[in-house]
Amino acid sequence: MNLDEQLEVNSSPQSPMWQLILARVRDFYREPAAIFWVYGFPLVLAVALGTAFRDRPVERIPVAVTNAAGSPGPLWAETLESLGKDPRIELRILDSSQASKELALGKTALVVEVESAGLVLKTEKNRPESALAQGVVEAVLWKTKAGSASQGSGSAPVSGKAENRIRVEETAETGGRYIDFLIPGLLGMNLMGGGLWGLGYVTVDLRVRKLLKRLIATPMSRVDFLLSLVLGRMGFLLLEIMILLGFAWLAFDVSIHGSVATLALTILAGAVCFQAIGLLVASRATSYEAVSGLMNLTMLPMYVLSGVFFSSDRFPQVVQPLIQALPLTALNASLRGVINEGSGLAEIYGNLLILFGWAAAAFVLALRLFRWR
Amino acid sequence: MEAIVCQNLVKTFPGKPPVEAVRGLDLGVGMGECFGILGPNGAGKTTTLEILEGLQDPTSGDVRVLGKNWEMDGAEIRQRIGITLQETRLSEKQTVAETLELFRSFYNRGLTLDASIAIVGLESKRDSRISTLSGGQKQRVALACALVGDPDILFLDEPSTGLDPQSRQQVWEVVRALKLRGKTILLTTHYMDEAEKLCDRLAVVDHGKVIALGTPVELIRQWGGGNLIELGTFGPEPRREEILQLPGVSGAKSVTDSRAADGTNHLVLRVDRPHETIPPLLALVEKSGAGLSSLNVRQATLEDVFLALTGRNLRDETP
Ligand SMILES: Nc1ncnc2c1ncn2[C@@H]1O[C@H](COP(=O)(O)OP(=O)(O)O)[C@@H](O)[C@H]1O
Ligand SMILES: [Mg+2]
Repeated sequence: MNLDEQLEVNSSPQSPMWQLILARVRDFYREPAAIFWVYGFPLVLAVALGTAFRDRPVERIPVAVTNAAGSPGPLWAETLESLGKDPRIELRILDSSQASKELALGKTALVVEVESAGLVLKTEKNRPESALAQGVVEAVLWKTKAGSASQGSGSAPVSGKAENRIRVEETAETGGRYIDFLIPGLLGMNLMGGGLWGLGYVTVDLRVRKLLKRLIATPMSRVDFLLSLVLGRMGFLLLEIMILLGFAWLAFDVSIHGSVATLALTILAGAVCFQAIGLLVASRATSYEAVSGLMNLTMLPMYVLSGVFFSSDRFPQVVQPLIQALPLTALNASLRGVINEGSGLAEIYGNLLILFGWAAAAFVLALRLFRWR
Repeated sequence: MEAIVCQNLVKTFPGKPPVEAVRGLDLGVGMGECFGILGPNGAGKTTTLEILEGLQDPTSGDVRVLGKNWEMDGAEIRQRIGITLQETRLSEKQTVAETLELFRSFYNRGLTLDASIAIVGLESKRDSRISTLSGGQKQRVALACALVGDPDILFLDEPSTGLDPQSRQQVWEVVRALKLRGKTILLTTHYMDEAEKLCDRLAVVDHGKVIALGTPVELIRQWGGGNLIELGTFGPEPRREEILQLPGVSGAKSVTDSRAADGTNHLVLRVDRPHETIPPLLALVEKSGAGLSSLNVRQATLEDVFLALTGRNLRDETP
């Protein structure tokens, strides 16, 4: 061995934080299974649930008819008859509250409300199939009018000044379909799982492998170490969000109604919050079993209670204050506000405060409890 | 200045009952010395080492590394030491070079990646992932991580435990190369061959205390006796008093004797001059009516030193 050659010494080291982040990134992308669970699985869920609850395909357009005229008059019968004849339309008779609920959920594309002296077409302006349904229904009614006129039947309900009697009402039930409800929920779930895994599991893994102890024996700064976990996580997160939202937009036409900046802030609040909780979960655990147990203990109740797959309003009133205080409930509510309803900071700041509160408490506690060696 | 000093080091792990892992241990390691802590499993070697490395706090006692103490100058000491833990699992998905680059980045000054890889002889594995390496190669990567910051002191906890003979040789090569470069090395081991081959000086540790200190040669001369005769007989047991009076038997006592399961007697004698002892010994055995089942002459080792000091074998767990 040539010792001189090996005595080569240099003093221009790489940035330790950058090296730590690189190590995290490599650990991640070299693990195909991890990539699937982080990036693929939410898409699979979105596709599975989104299609299961999706509006029927457009060959038959779901249209609901409601009676707002007290007793069913001739206009009612005529409307039912003309629309019912058309093979493109799947007609159902519903009461008006049920009809607007189905319009909101995307189960029906259009609601035709029959009043005593005219029709109201209720459409959902954010939904293409609603516009399509409106066109079809108007055409059908127009044809009926034209046909009636040629037969000279004066009693045709939509004859005469039909255009005056048909009113179009645009509802702003934006993002009312199940998929619109689901996507922010999946995003919230991903932020929670990502934070807990990315900081919690990863830290305990390093501890179990004694690599944390080994790193602590070097001059590595602990702040660099923690920041590298956080920043690495944020990088993965950016990709996750873009993939999930991009996919939701392309496949399901889910769009963001609020400002992107508000959405970014909401996501950041959620990410920071769950990363802090992840760190807390990892602060003392010294085995994979312990950290998995703690993570499940943290995540499972929120999966169920915090409105990922169905609204948390369904739980009894007594437990609502508790549910509303959970970080995932606050995150999901903010995400749904920004994405589906176009909420601004004024509407969601309360939930953001809940998130930052959890983040601060968890972080302080985690640093106090943290077992470095 | 001594590289490492500790005085009256005590470490008690709280619990029911509390574990007194280290009970008043003194050490002094000179600059450039390769010093070994030899002791069986559970003797307190790892605990001692980790206290010296700043990874555990002592219950009491005084520790100085390069003349500094951990509370005041921890950051400075960390820049100047390199360690291998008894067990570390490096990240399997990283390559050798990536792993070393990470460790290198923590130190203000140190070796180039290629230099550190060359010292441990892993040039051909530079860009291989850790997961593809053998146990011995992984251990050499761990060594490279320890020396990439070009430390003054290396702490190696059981550097060759669990490795095959060839890998152990390779690890020893690395340690010898580091000795040649003038590094101070403190290693722990429960292998007497490792201690004998690598260490300039040794502390034999049992139950958290140093029970003997010296160079391997000194220790063997003082405690092991120069040569050993291992005698196996069957039938009536030869009278020990008579055997001990034979010419050339030194130290006046046998190291051990035991009656094996197959009914043979085993006796180990410390002797100065085996050739003078053996003929009368054989005559004595014959006279007593016993049969000879084995006769073996060998040089004493550190194993015998430990046996003489504690009545136990090094490979036995601390009771
Ligand atoms: N963190 C700990 N908590 C409780 N007991 C411990 C701990 N670490 C080590 N011990 C005990 O201290 C004794 C010495 O352990 P150790 O220093 O690892 O010995 P060695 O390295 O010589 O095998 C053993 O009895 C071991 O069980
Ligand atoms: Mg040990």
